Amino acid sequence: MYVLAQWAQPNIDYHALAPEIVLASAVVLVLLADLFLDERRKWMTGTVAGLGLLGALIPVATLALSDQPARVLLGGGYVVDDFSLVLKALFLIAGYVVILLSTTYVDEGDFYQGEYYFLLLSSVLGMVMITSSRDLVSLFIALELLSVPAYMLAAWRKRDPKSNEAGMKYFLLGVFASGVMLYGMSLLYGVADTTLLTGIESYLASAGTDPVVVVAIVFIVVGFAFKVSAVPFHTWAPDTYEGAPTPITAFLSVASKAAGFVALLQLVFVAFPSAKDVWQPLFWVLAAVTMTVGNLVALRQTNIVRMLAYSSIAQGGFILMPLAVVGESEAARNDALTAVVTYLIVYAAMNLGAFAIVLAVSRKTRSGEIASFGGLFDYAPGLAVLMTIFLFSLAGVPPLGGWIAKFSVFRALLSAGGGWAVGLAVIGGINSVIALYYYANVAKKMWMEPVPDGDTTPIRVPQSLAAALAITAAATLVIGILPNLVLRFGELGHIVTTASP
Amino acid sequence: MEHLTDYNWVLSAGVFLPLVGVVVMLFIPRSEELWHKIVALAASAASLGVGIFTLIAFDYDKADKLQFYADNRWIDVIHSRYIVGLDGMSLPLYILSMAIVVLTIVYSWNHIPHPGNAKAFLMLMLILEVGMNGTFVAQDLILFFVFFEIVLLPMYFMIGVWGGEERQYASIKFFLFTLFGSSLMLLGFLALFFNTGAQSFSIEYLAAHTNGIVHNTQLWIFAGLFIGFAVKVPMFPFHTWLPDAHTQAPTQGSVILAAILLKLGTYGFVRIAIPVLPDAAHSWAPWIGFLAVIGIIYGALCCLAQTDMKRLIAFSSVAHMGFVMLGISTLTSFGFNAAIFGMVAHGLITGMLFFLAGSVKERYHTLEIKRLSGMLTQMPRLGWILGFCAMASLGLPGLAGFWGEFPAILSSYSPAAGLPEETFRTFMVVAAVGTVLAAGYLLWLYQRTAFGEPTAEFAAGHGHDQDIHDIELPEYIAWTPILIAIIALGVFPNLLFKVMDPAVQVAVSAFGG
Repeated sequence: MYVLAQWAQPNIDYHALAPEIVLASAVVLVLLADLFLDERRKWMTGTVAGLGLLGALIPVATLALSDQPARVLLGGGYVVDDFSLVLKALFLIAGYVVILLSTTYVDEGDFYQGEYYFLLLSSVLGMVMITSSRDLVSLFIALELLSVPAYMLAAWRKRDPKSNEAGMKYFLLGVFASGVMLYGMSLLYGVADTTLLTGIESYLASAGTDPVVVVAIVFIVVGFAFKVSAVPFHTWAPDTYEGAPTPITAFLSVASKAAGFVALLQLVFVAFPSAKDVWQPLFWVLAAVTMTVGNLVALRQTNIVRMLAYSSIAQGGFILMPLAVVGESEAARNDALTAVVTYLIVYAAMNLGAFAIVLAVSRKTRSGEIASFGGLFDYAPGLAVLMTIFLFSLAGVPPLGGWIAKFSVFRALLSAGGGWAVGLAVIGGINSVIALYYYANVAKKMWMEPVPDGDTTPIRVPQSLAAALAITAAATLVIGILPNLVLRFGELGHIVTTASP
Repeated sequence: MEHLTDYNWVLSAGVFLPLVGVVVMLFIPRSEELWHKIVALAASAASLGVGIFTLIAFDYDKADKLQFYADNRWIDVIHSRYIVGLDGMSLPLYILSMAIVVLTIVYSWNHIPHPGNAKAFLMLMLILEVGMNGTFVAQDLILFFVFFEIVLLPMYFMIGVWGGEERQYASIKFFLFTLFGSSLMLLGFLALFFNTGAQSFSIEYLAAHTNGIVHNTQLWIFAGLFIGFAVKVPMFPFHTWLPDAHTQAPTQGSVILAAILLKLGTYGFVRIAIPVLPDAAHSWAPWIGFLAVIGIIYGALCCLAQTDMKRLIAFSSVAHMGFVMLGISTLTSFGFNAAIFGMVAHGLITGMLFFLAGSVKERYHTLEIKRLSGMLTQMPRLGWILGFCAMASLGLPGLAGFWGEFPAILSSYSPAAGLPEETFRTFMVVAAVGTVLAAGYLLWLYQRTAFGEPTAEFAAGHGHDQDIHDIELPEYIAWTPILIAIIALGVFPNLLFKVMDPAVQVAVSAFGG
């Protein structure tokens, strides 16, 4: 009775929660629609899901336009600031593109459609929540909400052993990572006596870093290193990516990875700034090893999806680089945040685009081999040119979007200055040359080699795929030529680090 | 710093007009080859037209100032602005770039290389032009970087799709080398930015604010820029991509590579690396000179060993760019003038030689020197032009090549104050030996291919001579302007020196002129 008497209705700002509410309603709606639609009209669940994602963008926009600087809810555990709004928008749009990628794939592939979109939306809901979670508990819940549906989606091609393997590996390693992370979190809670990120920061600032804290932070970082598939915690990624349905692979490599980075950013910027000596060297090593190993292994791949998997590991290494210098100075801190957010946005556009092409091409070739791209330029010049744009954007060649992402990472490192930062930047520079080789290799196949089986019937691109390609290609090109558009979001994205508004 | 802002739209128009052509060509089906040629020619000619307007409107009394200066917002967040401007150093290269592209497109009229597809080929050429034109007018390091890199993709595909036997190897090698250089260059740009207070990427601003940087840091930053530009030039030992790229590229690609792309590197030195970091440049200058003369001798020796005409011309580029870099390394206005003249002259002459090599290949289906002979009897006009260009290339007085080479050698007699005179005089002697070698390999090439009687397999009536004919109309139209320019600049070198000198004085002002 005492507890109940203490309980007071928290003052909830429904406007701030509107994106989540819209999305949650869409989740329910998809489930209901699936219940009442007959088999021929199941595709409508996809439409509902897509509309739900776009609908959730509306409150994100109104929140962004409102004058109120940041809305702090639940005693500081849930914060809607510019940072979270930018990333919510990113996740919603990325989710929408994934739905565009999925529609024909799921419709033609004899899948359970309703459940597919239900799980996809749930996972996006987790991502939207993770951008605002400033409390260990809400962070963990959001993370699980986005991960658990993803485990199931990875195994969605249930008659294919490879897909089963993909889901199983992803599940086992993901759960293991969650366990490690949770252990670290509980240690942190034990010493700091709070789960609020801001509370942890004030504890660390006053008490310093004793061994328990070091262990806790290392465990948490390692847990997220699994999520963002940083080497040496990346082993699940290539198999999962190859086995999962291709739209889900795109989803995992872009959105799920970005969610991991968002959580890391919040921890590093809000909870752990005082313990920078613990995590900065850790990120330095993780970044250097991740991009180097990812790139070197990608060189040897013959399957396009596996190549993109390793490339996404390597790109993850690039995104980790600025985290190694966050604590060096105020300027470096801001530049690092801009760099990571910018990179996530650009990376989402170009990588989703590349997967859209893979989907379109494999509709004809029924193959995932890089060799099957041979002669694409001869019979599908449009797709070949778009793929070229995405690949060289991933490689960071101006004037395509990827250059500004790489550039802002280098900028953050040199802004911090010092031998270690510049050293990491040089490693990054060399890595971008290595990466070019395997991206160019695919371009070489498309432009310079003959069609392997001589079949040059043109590829019919379904409307939804074409829409996805239009969105991603336009974003990749426009960002590259007018980078201000996306850098402004990066700049806007200052994380609110205080508990009170 | 005073700027002239009259007509400040012309540079953007000159840079981006080719892009209009690209957009139009996107909507023309692939089979309409003639229309593609017409649109591409029109777009590049429009760009050249704007260029000629630039030539007329340029205030030659103020060639040391940036003219047609435009400064607009671009990427506020990183303090990078869209700044374009043109002074006497950029003007010749800017016009050269526009003119060469127009002539190359004319030449393409009946020379679309295998496997065809004029649409893609010409579109890539126009995109290439945007990058090249832009690099010569960009006055902001990030803008410069973007233009500098835009050329990579089109050239990669030009070599890789329309090139020779080893095209795939050559194209990726070109790409990887250049990207390696430019990523270090970009780090150098960023280091410059942060070491000058993170205010601006404007070249002028940086040049005025680098005094405060610790000398050691300056040396490192210069090293980064040096590698970026030296790969592009290319200087020994970063040159190995060049012979492959040149040999495998289609004729048009080789011409543009030789005439313009290599100049992006040397232009980077005279526009950015040296004026912005004069102290570091002063410390590095003897080493640059050293690598330059190695390039001269090494390039010449390699030429003597070549059996393929195109590869020989490619290696002669290494040697000629060595002269340009030697002139630059003296850090004197005399040396800089020689260097920029050398860039223009090399662009015209070597570009022309590659045109000729392409036409010879088309007629004989081989470029192996020992199989070619007696061109003068079989196609006298082409043979004479080859002779003319060989003479121009070896630096015959009265033709353009002379004014790039001779003053460069002369300038190393008295390098800028503080540079070791003995060393540079040694360089001078070695470079002079290089000119003798140049005469050797060029005359030898000419003697073997043009003189005498045709070899048995290409003699009349043996069945292999059906493609051998003298110059065709598109070739005439494409080549005549270049030949006239070679003579005109050879006889009136002041046409160029007068334009460049005021701007060069500014660039070397840190070294006492």
